Amino acid sequence: MTYLHNIGKYFLMIAEMFRKPTKWSVMKQLILKDIDDLVIGSLGIVAFIAFFVGGVVAIQTSLNINNPLIPKYLVGFATRQSIVLEFAPTFISIIMAGKVGSFITSSIGTMRVTEQIDALEVMGINSLNYLVFPKFISLMLYPFVISIAMFLGVLGGMAACVYGGYGTLEDYVIGIQTDFIPFHITYAFIKTIVFAFILATIPSFYGYYMKGGALEVGKASTTSFVWTSVVIILLNFLLTSLLLG
Amino acid sequence: MIEVKNLHKSFGEAHILKGITTSFEKGKTNLIIGQSGSGKTVFLKCLLGLFDYEEGSIAYEGKIFSKLSPDEKRNLRAEIGMVFQGSALFDSMTIAENVMFPLRMFTKQSKSEMQDRVDFVLKRVNLDDAHNKMPSEASGGMQKRVAIARAIVNNPKYLFCDEPNSGLDPKTAIVIDNLIQEITDEYNITTVINSHDMNSVMEIGEKIVFLKNGLKEWEGSKDTIFKTDNEAVTNFVYSSELFKKVRKMYLEENS
Repeated sequence: MTYLHNIGKYFLMIAEMFRKPTKWSVMKQLILKDIDDLVIGSLGIVAFIAFFVGGVVAIQTSLNINNPLIPKYLVGFATRQSIVLEFAPTFISIIMAGKVGSFITSSIGTMRVTEQIDALEVMGINSLNYLVFPKFISLMLYPFVISIAMFLGVLGGMAACVYGGYGTLEDYVIGIQTDFIPFHITYAFIKTIVFAFILATIPSFYGYYMKGGALEVGKASTTSFVWTSVVIILLNFLLTSLLLG
Repeated sequence: MIEVKNLHKSFGEAHILKGITTSFEKGKTNLIIGQSGSGKTVFLKCLLGLFDYEEGSIAYEGKIFSKLSPDEKRNLRAEIGMVFQGSALFDSMTIAENVMFPLRMFTKQSKSEMQDRVDFVLKRVNLDDAHNKMPSEASGGMQKRVAIARAIVNNPKYLFCDEPNSGLDPKTAIVIDNLIQEITDEYNITTVINSHDMNSVMEIGEKIVFLKNGLKEWEGSKDTIFKTDNEAVTNFVYSSELFKKVRKMYLEENS
């Protein structure tokens, strides 16, 4: 029953987020600040993880190909498919649920605990629009982060393959060009946009409606990470079934 | 003027406010006092529209708050200044930005006009050199003064303060009390303070409402509170030996 109540409350929060918009001159600054905090601030960790995971995927694929009938370019092909279809959009989003999601929950939760949200409400400001809407808009740039993750993942695979002695550059390049289906990129970005919406709203929900003190802010961050991850995994399954199944 | 009639508020099974009727007059410092758990904060949050209530009414200048349209509520809230117990300053903004915030949200003033107004109110609360400090760099007393500056910057008609003296030393508490009293007189606004600081009661309580177990037990002023024979009020207000002596002296002098 609590789950149903929370799901209903979540959708009401989404509806409220679009009502009574904040003055544009103020909103513009909030969006720019959130782009800096949520998008630009995540580039470093995303780039680092994508590059090295791309390398690991290439090494693992190479080490598991023993059959001489399997072409060497399969390493590049498998790395590209893994990175573009799943690793960059889905698993980077799970990592972002930890990084960006915890940040959103704890910052909004702290504002709740310290009555800053009450202060906004008393002034007649739609606090959900003021706090959540800029995060939602700024995370619409999330596909840009995922594009970088895709590029660096494939690049990491290439570096590991070539400099680790697992294959040649020519084979790898042929592999990443083989059977390329442009719709896979569209599919990845559709998922990314949906996950961006989830990343902005579920952590905000847990921060905004939290009750208690500092300890509860920590608990809310953990719960928010768990539910954001669960929803991302479920939606990943659903979207994959719908778009590729 | 704010008029409250038969206000009831519950949280689940817990009946917190059990039918409060009172009024808060314009140009006066109105105090709500009572023990912890008496319903003071819930009452204040109902007045501010942060909590819905089940029964009764709250009227601002004759207009019943619950019957106002969303736009009318928004307009009314723009006329309210609030000082929260923990100051509730926005962590990510400097002190000047915190004070400027209501102006940015609700006025069409130019940046220089807003800056002038911020300079004026910060000077009014004796903080003329704190513009660029972050709230975390300010002491408790400074934070309270910034909160007061933010509350009055947009010329509110109503000023609400939730325990403005909590966590402050006695000297700073008196400074804050006097500041609120001066601002109330200067701007002729309706000020409602939620407090259990007895110094505030004696210093600035032009109207005092005493709550007990969610009911209005007594109301009067800082003058009549000395003479009251209401046992609940005397037990609460004169719980310390010092205040008992002060009351005894007052009654002897005025008998």
